[in-house]
Amino acid sequence: MTTITDSMPQTTTQPEKDTFKGKIHPDWCPGCGDFSVLNALQKALFELELQAHEVICISGIGCSSNLPGYMNTYGMHTLHGRSLAVATGMQMANHKLKVIATGGDGDGYGIGGNHFLHTMRRNVDITYIVMDNQIYGLTTGQTSPTSVLGMKTKSTPHGNVENPINPMPLAMVGGATYVARGFSGKQKHLIDLMKGAIMHRGFSLIDVFSPCVTYNLDNTYKWFTPRIKILDDEEGYDPTDFHAAIDKAYQWGDEIPIGLIWKRETLPALDETELVLQDGGPLAYRKLGVTKEQSDALISELL
Amino acid sequence: MAKIDFAIGIGGAAGQGIATPGNILARIFARRGLHLNAYNAYQSLIRGGHTYLTIRVSDREVTNMGDKVDVFIPLNQDTMDRHLRHLKSGACVIFDEAQLTPGEHADGVQVCPVPTKELIKGNKLAANTVAVAITLNLLGVEFEALEDALNRIFSRKGEAVVAQNIEIARGGYDYAEANFKPFPYKVERHGKGLAVVTGNETTAMGGIAAGVNFYAAYPMSPSTGVLMYMAKHARALGILVRQVEDELGVMNMIIGAGHAGCRAMTATSGGGFALMTEAIGMSGMIETPIVCVDVQRAGPATGVPTKTEQGDLWQALGAGQGDYPKIIVAPANQLELFNIIPELFNLVDKYQCPGIVLADLLISEGTTSIDPDALNFQPVIDRGETIFPNGSTDNPYGGYGDNTYLRYKNTESGISPRAVPGVPGHLHIAATDEHDEDGTLVSDEFTNPDVRRMMVEKRARKMETVLAELDAPKLVGPESAAVTLVGFGSTEGVILEAIEKLAGEEGIVANQLHLRWMVPFHADEVTKILSASNKVIILENNFSGQFARYLRSETGFEADGFIRKYDGEPFMPHHIVEAVKAQLAGETTLSVPIHEYHV
Repeated sequence: MTTITDSMPQTTTQPEKDTFKGKIHPDWCPGCGDFSVLNALQKALFELELQAHEVICISGIGCSSNLPGYMNTYGMHTLHGRSLAVATGMQMANHKLKVIATGGDGDGYGIGGNHFLHTMRRNVDITYIVMDNQIYGLTTGQTSPTSVLGMKTKSTPHGNVENPINPMPLAMVGGATYVARGFSGKQKHLIDLMKGAIMHRGFSLIDVFSPCVTYNLDNTYKWFTPRIKILDDEEGYDPTDFHAAIDKAYQWGDEIPIGLIWKRETLPALDETELVLQDGGPLAYRKLGVTKEQSDALISELL
Repeated sequence: MAKIDFAIGIGGAAGQGIATPGNILARIFARRGLHLNAYNAYQSLIRGGHTYLTIRVSDREVTNMGDKVDVFIPLNQDTMDRHLRHLKSGACVIFDEAQLTPGEHADGVQVCPVPTKELIKGNKLAANTVAVAITLNLLGVEFEALEDALNRIFSRKGEAVVAQNIEIARGGYDYAEANFKPFPYKVERHGKGLAVVTGNETTAMGGIAAGVNFYAAYPMSPSTGVLMYMAKHARALGILVRQVEDELGVMNMIIGAGHAGCRAMTATSGGGFALMTEAIGMSGMIETPIVCVDVQRAGPATGVPTKTEQGDLWQALGAGQGDYPKIIVAPANQLELFNIIPELFNLVDKYQCPGIVLADLLISEGTTSIDPDALNFQPVIDRGETIFPNGSTDNPYGGYGDNTYLRYKNTESGISPRAVPGVPGHLHIAATDEHDEDGTLVSDEFTNPDVRRMMVEKRARKMETVLAELDAPKLVGPESAAVTLVGFGSTEGVILEAIEKLAGEEGIVANQLHLRWMVPFHADEVTKILSASNKVIILENNFSGQFARYLRSETGFEADGFIRKYDGEPFMPHHIVEAVKAQLAGETTLSVPIHEYHV
């Protein structure tokens, strides 16, 4: 038989620098932007002094969705496009866990687009890290929802004619309460964005430019590096000012801002609005079943 | 045989208020200890169309709507025209004489025109109450029973409303006394009061009894009643209920919650189930238990949203690509829905796989009476080999800090102890890619055929012991019979009644084999029983004989004949009686009964 408690267990072991490093070496292409994202996440969790068992990384399918397998935390490697739906179930069932969803642009903005919209709307306390390489990598180089106009890929050999999604303004109007953009080439900056997102109560999106060195020869490190401008360096920028933020969110071209673009702290996270979750610890650890008094009340309604 | 057995049909356009008189009548009869079955035939619209509620009442259990009605209450001319000619001798039709004109009817039908306008004294909402009062008078139910029911219904609206409704009802009751001929029997108190429930309610209650604490769904007829019941009681019972953006999200969300350690459930219909199937495969692959109820309706695609069918069997069998263990059960009635869900949760927790319940509109939206004492809300809850945090190191399946925990350990039973997230020392990844015992993916860099084979066999091995835990099907009725009628799920009751009619009215001896557990399947038991039968006829609510084909695939057994109905309406006893007679006479081997009236 199993024993169920209503609280998260604690251990006395202190996390070490490599606590969050998984035992499997990533199978990404050498030079892939995702290495930097993985390292940044491991460092962010360590710097936040979290315990490995308190964290769960949940991904969809794609190159970047392999990330949970390289972490030493709880993990789920779910279906293509479904990470946020699974993560929502996980977060509601155990709101004491730190739930981190990871994946790529196709997984999140394409096949998972509907869940993306509704998870933001609900403001579920999830940190969603999208490794955005503007291409389908694992299927060997087809267009993605963030591929720019004119981009030649294996499925758009004559150039992409569809407008790309800009995840920043989409997330802002969709209801996300922490909207940030990072770049694999700026790992220290990315770690800070991740720490802020993980500690933020509500839905956080970090769209990370994570170049695909094999299939996207347009949006490379070399292309991004001169264009990236770190927002924190900009004097007087206020990420809680919606109109200033939406202007930044749309900025693209010769200068592309990265950093915390939008933050809203006036909305409660979904679990904070659910009365059922207010007392008694994680739902998943609670004793199951109903009392005789409760069931008698249900039966009396039928008579 | 039953001493009391009558049916009341109330019909009109949607929005004309059929539910309330139906509810009043059902509660009055159930409170007197009489059994009932109510079936509402309706269409996918909110106002207009034709809705026809049949309430059949008896002093013994009623499993179906029967063949004909005894009391007919048309609320519009369309209903009058559709049903009047199907009334039998001895029946009565009660209608507003100022609004409706009766047409052609059988001899011996009592026509009861009612001066409704005078009786309702300007309260148009009370018109249906008059019809109810007349019905009760003709059935010999004392007025106090109706007075009590009206008190309960209208008490919230104040004494004046109650008093006015009772006065109007009294007028109708007395009018019937003075002008119409009562039935030759009186519907007297029969025993202790019974509860009135729909199958969607018993499904939700079964989940509650099982300890479901996470329920997610997308509204879809005819399964939405489960969501509404759960939502209504969620806060009081500590259940988290979510309405999700689509059924893809629903199934993935309950898997997330199930993986966390909740008992997680959903209900949908065939179209929603179709969207869930990839994720049901994930439940099988990552070995996370969940329960999904598919309340079948007439398909394919949008099909006939408000009509019944047993057309999703193969969809359930084939849900999700690849091979993986799953358990599929088709309960026969509302009480079985209640009882099967806790049983199924114990099974899926033990075997760490998805559980699918094949219900259908007929039993899920259908109303029945249930002895409240039969609803056991405190069944055994067995989570199997699930590891929850217990704040100490004496965990029976591996302690904290030891790194030997293998989530997908290749055990003899195939069952691997399952740690839920949050337990120290049991970190692992649950992957939909094929994985090794510790959860590591084996599909990416260096695919390992040996590990792949081991894991397929490990998962499959779990199913070897499930069958022994399930009740085997049994032959019901005389061992030696001219014909054995075989069905699955919701048709059990109507088949049994047809068998009684065959014996009583036609002198034909038939027996019954009814199946509930679809996967795993009791192939040996079924083969043994059917091989000894003189003639086997399989009956089901679909076009292609999905169950007959499944039975053949699992047993190699070929039936002698088939009765199928796929017009959206359920079987009535006489459909089966006539089909069996025709097949025994050698007229056909495939009968497709005609539904006589359009609803």
